[in-house]
Amino acid sequence: MSTTPIAFDPRALRAPHPVPGAPDNWRRFFTFNTDAKVIGIQYIALALLFLLVGGLLAMIMRGELITPPADLVDPSVYNGLYTMHGTVMLFLFLFPILNGFNNLLIPPMIGAPDMAFPRLNALAFWMFPVFGVVLMASFLVPGGPASSGWWAYPPLSTQNPLGLLINGQFLWILAVAISGVSSILGAVNFCTTIIRMRAPGMGWFRMPIFCWTALAAQTIQLAGLPVLTAGAVMLLFDLSFGTSFFKPEGGGDPMLYQHFFWFYSHPAVYVMVLPVFGFFSEIFPVYARKPLFGYHVVAIASFGIVLLSLIVWVHHMFTSGTPQWMRHVFMVTTMLIAVPTGIKVFAWLATLWRGKLWLTTSMLFAMGGVFNFIFAGITGIMLATVPVDVHVGNTYFVVGHFHTVIFSTITFGVYAAIYHWFAKFTGRMLYEGLGKVHFALTFVGAQLNFLPMHWAGLMGMPRRVASYDPEFALANVLASLGAFLLGVAMIPFLLNLVSSWVRGAPAPANPWQAIGLEWLLPSPPPAENFEHDVPTVISGPYGYGLGHPLVADQARYESRLKEA
Amino acid sequence: MVDSFSGDSAPALDRAGGSHSPGPEHEPGHGSAEHAHGGYNLTGFVIFLASESLIFAALFAAYIVLKGSAPLWLPAGVEGLEVREPLINTIVLVSSSGVAWLAERALHRRQLVRFRLWWLLTMAMGTWFVVGQAREWLGLPFGLGDGVFGASFYLLTGFHGLHVITGVLLMALMLWRSFRPGNYDGGEAGVTSVGLFWHFVDVIWIVLFALLYLWQGR
Repeated sequence: MSTTPIAFDPRALRAPHPVPGAPDNWRRFFTFNTDAKVIGIQYIALALLFLLVGGLLAMIMRGELITPPADLVDPSVYNGLYTMHGTVMLFLFLFPILNGFNNLLIPPMIGAPDMAFPRLNALAFWMFPVFGVVLMASFLVPGGPASSGWWAYPPLSTQNPLGLLINGQFLWILAVAISGVSSILGAVNFCTTIIRMRAPGMGWFRMPIFCWTALAAQTIQLAGLPVLTAGAVMLLFDLSFGTSFFKPEGGGDPMLYQHFFWFYSHPAVYVMVLPVFGFFSEIFPVYARKPLFGYHVVAIASFGIVLLSLIVWVHHMFTSGTPQWMRHVFMVTTMLIAVPTGIKVFAWLATLWRGKLWLTTSMLFAMGGVFNFIFAGITGIMLATVPVDVHVGNTYFVVGHFHTVIFSTITFGVYAAIYHWFAKFTGRMLYEGLGKVHFALTFVGAQLNFLPMHWAGLMGMPRRVASYDPEFALANVLASLGAFLLGVAMIPFLLNLVSSWVRGAPAPANPWQAIGLEWLLPSPPPAENFEHDVPTVISGPYGYGLGHPLVADQARYESRLKEA
Repeated sequence: MVDSFSGDSAPALDRAGGSHSPGPEHEPGHGSAEHAHGGYNLTGFVIFLASESLIFAALFAAYIVLKGSAPLWLPAGVEGLEVREPLINTIVLVSSSGVAWLAERALHRRQLVRFRLWWLLTMAMGTWFVVGQAREWLGLPFGLGDGVFGASFYLLTGFHGLHVITGVLLMALMLWRSFRPGNYDGGEAGVTSVGLFWHFVDVIWIVLFALLYLWQGR
């Protein structure tokens, strides 16, 4: 057993991506694989597929709304379209894609070899295609998919005119329930991993902000999802088994469902936006070449958001017969949430301030996302104000507001993360040119799509209608054009992802000269990340320009990368 | 310490769900690499239980709100719930928590036979409770569709009953594993977790019993 002339690294056989020259093993993405890096890519790829589905539904809706009368689709079909669009985008695109990033980023960022419970992790992932298929199958059942909006408010959601057990609403509840179980399993896993598996020396305040925000977001999942599950179980019983929890004629209370739904579904926005705040906090220091401003405060503000997010839900119910004292209380709590989010925004601005900005596609998306978020924050404060909300509640102003959050902030952040970490986890560089085309189309499309909605809403255009008064026509034509532009923007994006992964330039270990444990690993990292050689962290993250090393013996880790 | 997250085979199994040798609940870094991983199971399980308890909290809140606001509570012809037999059931279930504790203590002292006996008694008491619950269900004059009263009664007791059945099954699994040689070499996190689950189920029942059976007036 002397040295062999061929330098074959046996780790290639279980690497998440084949090292150059090794046979491709793409089939692992279609198996019950327990490697967090494989699961992360599984989540992200499938979620992007559902982004296309949700986007297609949106474009059919915008096609309908480009003219005032309901002429493209039947109004009852339109009800199914917006219900499924919202459900697909939240439960099949954003939650899964962010779980994908949790899988990819958390273990390498904290120096762990994998998640705490890899098999549980794979199980949670494989529930995703299951509830995806269940939800898509509802297009095929008699009566069509759920049509009561993604809130599924009773009494609309407890109607079963065909009297069939398997109906669109039933499948909707089933899909949301499986999604909830999957998310809780994921949350247990992510929290345990972050709490127990950090590298030596990585105290709480040496942890990257993304891990803080992921932990905060998963805490919300653990606190909120059980409540939604309880509400969903009662709704299912009302729909299918003849109970009357939410039916006033049987002694029930439809408002109770609204409380259950929003107790989870408002914080759910923070489940999605907190990891994106993490992306912004990771990305700005890299491309501004400066430490993150106010690291400690940004970290703690994440949990300020968690606490406040659990006591604001009634602002969705200001016009639902809520008592006046409750409106006052929830108006104040809702406005208070602007404090921790504002702290983060100012920290990012201060990070960018006088930095030498490197305008990569990732940086452009991150800056665009923060720009849009500030706008959405201002309209959010407007909506938190009871008199304004009573006026514009249930209009397109609300639709414009939350699309500016969900798409123009959160999805922008997801794009920024894809452009930032694609090289790390595939071992290939994305084409910057196509990326910038993608950014330009997306930014213009988003403004064109969502800004006119605010205007239409202020004029009084109600949401969830297939036909509308001709006075709203101009705003709707603009919004529709923006939506189609967003559809076009997917072409350079997908082209870039596929072609770069197949034949992009091989990525170096640290293409952005970033500081962080994940950048001390080769691209793509080996299956067990640092394996037996976990570095000891000796300083806080984001030490740009400070000149001190992140880990003990850093030179050794860096030279090892150069050899590879 | 650098080695505390090593990927050798024993901890790798533990990270994969801990089916073989759950370690003691050491903090990472205080034991060898093998010990560092066993504690994850307990951490994860406690997080899960905390989350699970909120489903019950939500159902209890719904029950209180609905009972407080419903114009009609008891369906026609129903006087209320019989308390005597459920009270006996309650005493059996709650004292089974103490028996489970005795079992855990015996295991801690490595008295395996005594552990199995106490553990088996806990399982028997849990089964007694489920059978009693089923007998009560069969004799009741109202059904799931009889107003919010009937619906919430069956939903709450049924959901709790599922937890009791799960608990008994988990205990059976732990009992079966106790016969494997060397099962507790890495600690007893599995039994500790199931014990925690059982105490949890009992505490939930105490609240449930108070809400459903003791709070009958309005």
